[in-house]
Amino acid sequence: MPELANQSADQSANQSGSRTAGRPWVTALLVIALVAIFAFSFVSGSLRSQAEESFAGTDSVVTDMLSERGVTPWFEPLFQPNSGEVESGLFALQAGLGGAVLGFALGNLRGRRAARAEALDGPSPTD
Amino acid sequence: MHIAEGFLPPLQCALWYAASAPFIIHGARAVVTESRKNPENRLLLAAAGAFTFVLSAIKLPSVTGSSSHPTGTGLGAVLFKPPVMAFLSTIVLLFQALLLAHGGITTLGANVFSMGIVGPWAGYGVWVLARRLGASPAVGIFGAMFVADLSTYCMTSVQLAIAYPDLSSGFVGALVKFLGVFALTQIPLAIAEGLLGVLVLRYLGRIARPELLRLGVTKDAVHA
Repeated sequence: MPELANQSADQSANQSGSRTAGRPWVTALLVIALVAIFAFSFVSGSLRSQAEESFAGTDSVVTDMLSERGVTPWFEPLFQPNSGEVESGLFALQAGLGGAVLGFALGNLRGRRAARAEALDGPSPTD
Repeated sequence: MHIAEGFLPPLQCALWYAASAPFIIHGARAVVTESRKNPENRLLLAAAGAFTFVLSAIKLPSVTGSSSHPTGTGLGAVLFKPPVMAFLSTIVLLFQALLLAHGGITTLGANVFSMGIVGPWAGYGVWVLARRLGASPAVGIFGAMFVADLSTYCMTSVQLAIAYPDLSSGFVGALVKFLGVFALTQIPLAIAEGLLGVLVLRYLGRIARPELLRLGVTKDAVHA
């Protein structure tokens, strides 16, 4: 298990091993749990929603409830995506921008740490 | 948790703006202070902001047959204390109000109050409590992210119930109705967000341990 050996060497080099850092299966379990939650949500949600549009966003559900009560908005959005496709594209843009920045920041932190470890004790295995 | 454009009475829009403004200004100053401390802080701040940006863009299916999005504000609140999240959430909500017609300019004050103030503070409170009680960082971050997410939607329900009390059952009746839509749908999403928080904190513990120690997020420096 070279990976495990690397990790424990890494930990002792930093004198900072947390109790969880050396347990890669925890990550796998967490990912499986995440997938399971959405699989379960999807199936049970599909069974429950008999309405014409299933999995409508809660924000729009509430907006519809208010509209049914006769509430009319007193201000219109300055810009409205003119179709569902354009809207989902813009949502994708938001997620993409966020993902890019997140990846850049985490990658940079990881690179800095690797560089620091290398400066301390020569070329050493990092995770 | 986005109250749509124009759906709160003008007076309430103004009041929520007034309530949120000091937090946003204080948060902006906190962001500047933290990012000036050192370059690693700037990277972690960017990561916390980007995390919220991504998560609030993704609508996920829930057991109720509706879909909703997480908020991702608990992570930044734990790393940098809640004030920074008031500012970062404002940026996210402004982006969505202007480009996606999701939320709105008139309701921005109210939406910032739920997502940028109530959520992060509640989540941070749970984190502090969990750590004081001796819980591990993993348990702490799970609780923080879960509560930050769920409390945001509860606050939105309160805001809507204040604006539109039920004709027969009043404020409480309306609150129950709005919570029925928002909070129930949100529970599985908040659990998922909590698990994701554990994953991210574990990863940060590997790549940014000195920073986490400096920020006071983890204290277990010595015993391996």
